[in-house]
Amino acid sequence: MKHILILGAGTAGTLMANKLRKKVSRREWDITIVDENREHYYQPGFLFIPFGIYKKEDVIKSKSKFIPGGVETIFSRVEKILPKENRVILEDNRELKYDFLIIATGTRIAPEETPGLLGELWFKDIFDFYTIEGAVALAERIKAFDGGKIIVNITELPFKCPVAPLEFIFLADSYFKKRGIRDSVELTLVTPLPGAFTKPIATKMLSGLMEKKGIKIVPDFNIAEVDNEGKRIIDYEGKSVEFDLLVTIPTNKGADMIERSGMGDDLNFVPTDKHTLQAIGYDNIFVLGDAANLPTSKAGSVAHFAGDILEANLLSAIKGEPMTAKFDGHANCYIVTSDKKGTLIDFNYDTEPLPGRYPYIIGPFGLLKDTRLNYYGKLFFKWMYWNLLLRGHDLPVTSHMSMCCKKRPQ
Amino acid sequence: MAQKNYAGHTIDVNDEGYFTDSTQWNREVAAAVAKDEGIELTDKHLAILEFLRSRHSSGDALSIRSINKSGIVDVKEFYALFPGAPLKKATKIAGIPKPSSCI
Ligand SMILES: Cc1cc2nc3c(=O)[nH]c(=O)nc-3n(C[C@H](O)[C@H](O)[C@H](O)COP(=O)(O)OP(=O)(O)OC[C@H]3O[C@@H](n4cnc5c(N)ncnc54)[C@H](O)[C@@H]3O)c2cc1C
Repeated sequence: MKHILILGAGTAGTLMANKLRKKVSRREWDITIVDENREHYYQPGFLFIPFGIYKKEDVIKSKSKFIPGGVETIFSRVEKILPKENRVILEDNRELKYDFLIIATGTRIAPEETPGLLGELWFKDIFDFYTIEGAVALAERIKAFDGGKIIVNITELPFKCPVAPLEFIFLADSYFKKRGIRDSVELTLVTPLPGAFTKPIATKMLSGLMEKKGIKIVPDFNIAEVDNEGKRIIDYEGKSVEFDLLVTIPTNKGADMIERSGMGDDLNFVPTDKHTLQAIGYDNIFVLGDAANLPTSKAGSVAHFAGDILEANLLSAIKGEPMTAKFDGHANCYIVTSDKKGTLIDFNYDTEPLPGRYPYIIGPFGLLKDTRLNYYGKLFFKWMYWNLLLRGHDLPVTSHMSMCCKKRPQ
Repeated sequence: MAQKNYAGHTIDVNDEGYFTDSTQWNREVAAAVAKDEGIELTDKHLAILEFLRSRHSSGDALSIRSINKSGIVDVKEFYALFPGAPLKKATKIAGIPKPSSCI
């Protein structure tokens, strides 16, 4: 018997277990997946929790429900990988051998990287919404908020779902309008980027929307510390911004286990071949999802598209054939722009998000356009996530980005 | 491709002024680029530039955070030495590509 071992049963690991179990022979290959948590969270749903649109129950299911028969599941923390010996050690010192390894341990927030962030205001006036705990606690704080300065601060790049901070601030705008107190709430995005987003055409569209909604932006701000007493964040040049409520996107790091294995970069992301998805230096190790250092978004859609490529390459490798599938960095994200509307971006390593239409089973959805249908697309994504994406089914879109119906503005 | 003259040397640069051939770099050239950016190079600056160049040539990604590993300065001092956008400025002066920030 030969072994395929998958570390992490989040979005990427789960969809890969489903894909591979359908494709590789049960007589020759066993597949094992390891995760330290039993619950699967639908992370895109965290965005809606602070505004009471979703509750905790709406975003949790048991991990086991999504692991197919014929795949062994182990609930344990991975202690470390010994990549040169093709072995993995679990926390109870148990040892797993592999012929092929797939690393899918994602990314975690690391608020401890910023001095003062975990100070006395943490979970009082400072919250994240990238964890279930943060999102739920923030919902209570927002309900009680009756005016003042709210800042959304991005600590550093890269961070997962790069549009989430913008979506958060757009939803906050709608939420406080509905409560009739928008005039007494000041909303500001404080970001290390030179503008609302990184790519020029999408930035123009999104900053236009922010201006229209009266949302301020402080660009080029690299946070150095939080002053809990003075309720302000301070950057490396001494600039500061005051807050009554700070919503932070802390530093994102790969799993600590990657560091213990000596396989990560400065932030514990695994250096990965951006086309084959192999860990650099190891032919029999692949990396899928947020754990990889690929120059594209860290997003569930990316894990899905890259999963098709990984499947093809792993099947080639099993047969001893050359790997021919190449990942193009395809990412596709709905961006909610209020509690009724949304926009959509679609891009890859080489092509920035462009306006146009996105052909779909329902739709077409407007790319970089602010429409009602796009908002429902975002809500529909939850159904697709649980029922198609995690189960390794095809989504009604292609894995390589298509230039169909896109137009570069003059 | 554009060219620029620094300290009597002709340097190939891209449209943002970054070197397209990092082997055309030397300390005199660096001093001239730095002057354009409003910076007077000191030994500390040069040590950082060498650190960035060696990290770049070994294929490691460059980030503000990686400066902590230089053993030369911490992030705060890095900002003081290259005010404004330290990594963008320092890579330009070091004759290596602008670090790409992806989304
Ligand atoms: C607020 C928010 C909004 C988002 N919105 C969108 C969106 O609209 N569209 C979109 O496409 N994406 C979105 N995302 C991103 C998306 O959720 C992630 O990119 C995706 O889940 C990544 O999948 P992954 O498998 O790489 O990581 P994860 O799903 O995070 O899974 C990693 C798994 O590894 C396990 N693990 C880690 N270390 C160990 C260890 N040492 N031992 C054992 N197990 C370990 C963890 O328990 C976890 O189960 C959003 C994310 C957030 C936080």
